[in-house]
Amino acid sequence: MPQDEGRAAPSRSYLYDRHKLPVRVMHWINVVALTIMFMSGLQIFNAHAELNWGKSSYDGTPPVLTISSRESASGKITGYTRIFGHEFDTTGVLGASTAANGRTVRAAFPSWLTIPGNKWLSLARSWHLFFAWLFVVNGIAFVLYAIFSRHLARDLTPTNADLKGIGASIKDHLKFRHPSGEASKRYNVLQKFTYLIVIFVLLPLIILMGFAMSPWLDSLFAGWVDLFGGRQAARTIHFIVAWLLVAFVLIHVLEVIITGLWNNMRSMITGRYRVTEEAGRE
Amino acid sequence: MNEIVKPRRRFFARAAAAATALVLTGCDRLSRTAWFPRVLAVADKWNYNVAHAVTPRSAMAQEFAESDRSPQFRSNGTADPGTDEYHALAASGFADYRLAVAGMVGQPKSFSLADLRALPSRTQITRHDCVEGWSAIAKWKGVKLSAILDIVKPAPGARYVMFFCADPMEEDGTDFYYESIDMDDAHHPQTILAYELNDAPLPVANGAPLRLRVERQLGYKHAKYVTAIAFVDTFGNVAGGKGGYWEDQGYQWYAGI
Repeated sequence: MPQDEGRAAPSRSYLYDRHKLPVRVMHWINVVALTIMFMSGLQIFNAHAELNWGKSSYDGTPPVLTISSRESASGKITGYTRIFGHEFDTTGVLGASTAANGRTVRAAFPSWLTIPGNKWLSLARSWHLFFAWLFVVNGIAFVLYAIFSRHLARDLTPTNADLKGIGASIKDHLKFRHPSGEASKRYNVLQKFTYLIVIFVLLPLIILMGFAMSPWLDSLFAGWVDLFGGRQAARTIHFIVAWLLVAFVLIHVLEVIITGLWNNMRSMITGRYRVTEEAGRE
Repeated sequence: MNEIVKPRRRFFARAAAAATALVLTGCDRLSRTAWFPRVLAVADKWNYNVAHAVTPRSAMAQEFAESDRSPQFRSNGTADPGTDEYHALAASGFADYRLAVAGMVGQPKSFSLADLRALPSRTQITRHDCVEGWSAIAKWKGVKLSAILDIVKPAPGARYVMFFCADPMEEDGTDFYYESIDMDDAHHPQTILAYELNDAPLPVANGAPLRLRVERQLGYKHAKYVTAIAFVDTFGNVAGGKGGYWEDQGYQWYAGI
């Protein structure tokens, strides 16, 4: 693009239809379902705040994770988290925390992170197992849509050019430098891989590990749960993947903010994304 | 800055804050209503129907090797029913114990422990999955429930088997534990009334002298201290009407998930 050295180059911008309606609707359904499943899942975890590896919880090996609390002779309550035998004082957040009414509650995850807020396993299961249906049906609908609308092939599958540019894309991300103009219309290569891993690895895995915890579905094929290390290992994987999804959401939201919060939000609500052609840059 | 953009941004900011507040406090408010948990409970029926549709009726729960057994089988819930009647029974080694089977059956009958031990039995090393999240593996031996069905001959209209237990759940000795399963589970080969745990008589802490094992469901279905069985077409008129002690407290009747 020829550049006029004398004046500030005018930047040209226009609105571009970025996200199709089905994608937007399914994205927000997923936000609701995953949020509720995560928070109700933590309440379910609180009923037995330990993770084991293996077929059962009591096979003679210590838990890989314990979140608990203890009370001193003077009545002081300390929350602690023990990972692979290393103990950390996590008072205030994990093990012991302060509820909205000011009382100290001895629970693994604090009430502000769980649904329901107070100790209530049966209802947490009701929330979890209801929204699991919404989440799975929505997920299947998305995958079918992505395949048949060619969203998967066109927007999510890395191209050869993408693959060659991985190194550059990693550098760009580390420098918080993001594409503008024509390039901002497309997902970048790291973004594509991240979405593909979330959609085709993490989400199916967390569903499968949910199934593995069901004694009924365990009977479907004798011993299939052992392929993942056993029922308690499946519970541990379910928990780890839940937190990997939280890590994804944090990075995702960070990227949304630094690449233009309102432009991104508008594009996921109305579909329209403002593309700004930076003058002087190809 | 575009004039329309500012109010729009403010709208989004407020919407986001409202949405967060809705999740944090709204969920708790919904939890305490009468209607919302009933909406959530609709999924229990879907879970039951889909689990039964995809799983063959005779699909077997996984069975384990001797070496997989937990060093000690955890006792959860009642560890001792604590009533005078129960203590008297236990003191005599359950010699006077009787299992009463009644309800919609052709042949009501009462069984002593010796009677039950003489019936066809099954031994299985299975995993006990508590609703809380933990699992323990143990070896159980007991009379096949299907053998009792063969003797008492349930009426065609019988839809559920109810199990009544010797352990009161209230301090004042009331509110006895109970459970119920459907006829498919009653006929399942792994559904037994266990009288042995890990090659020894069932200890008091684990439900002596007789407890239910219904292997494809969570622990609270496995009623301990069973003293009576009734075949019914509905459990809506018993206790809280939800088919079990924990079900009456809000837990799912179908505990296969």
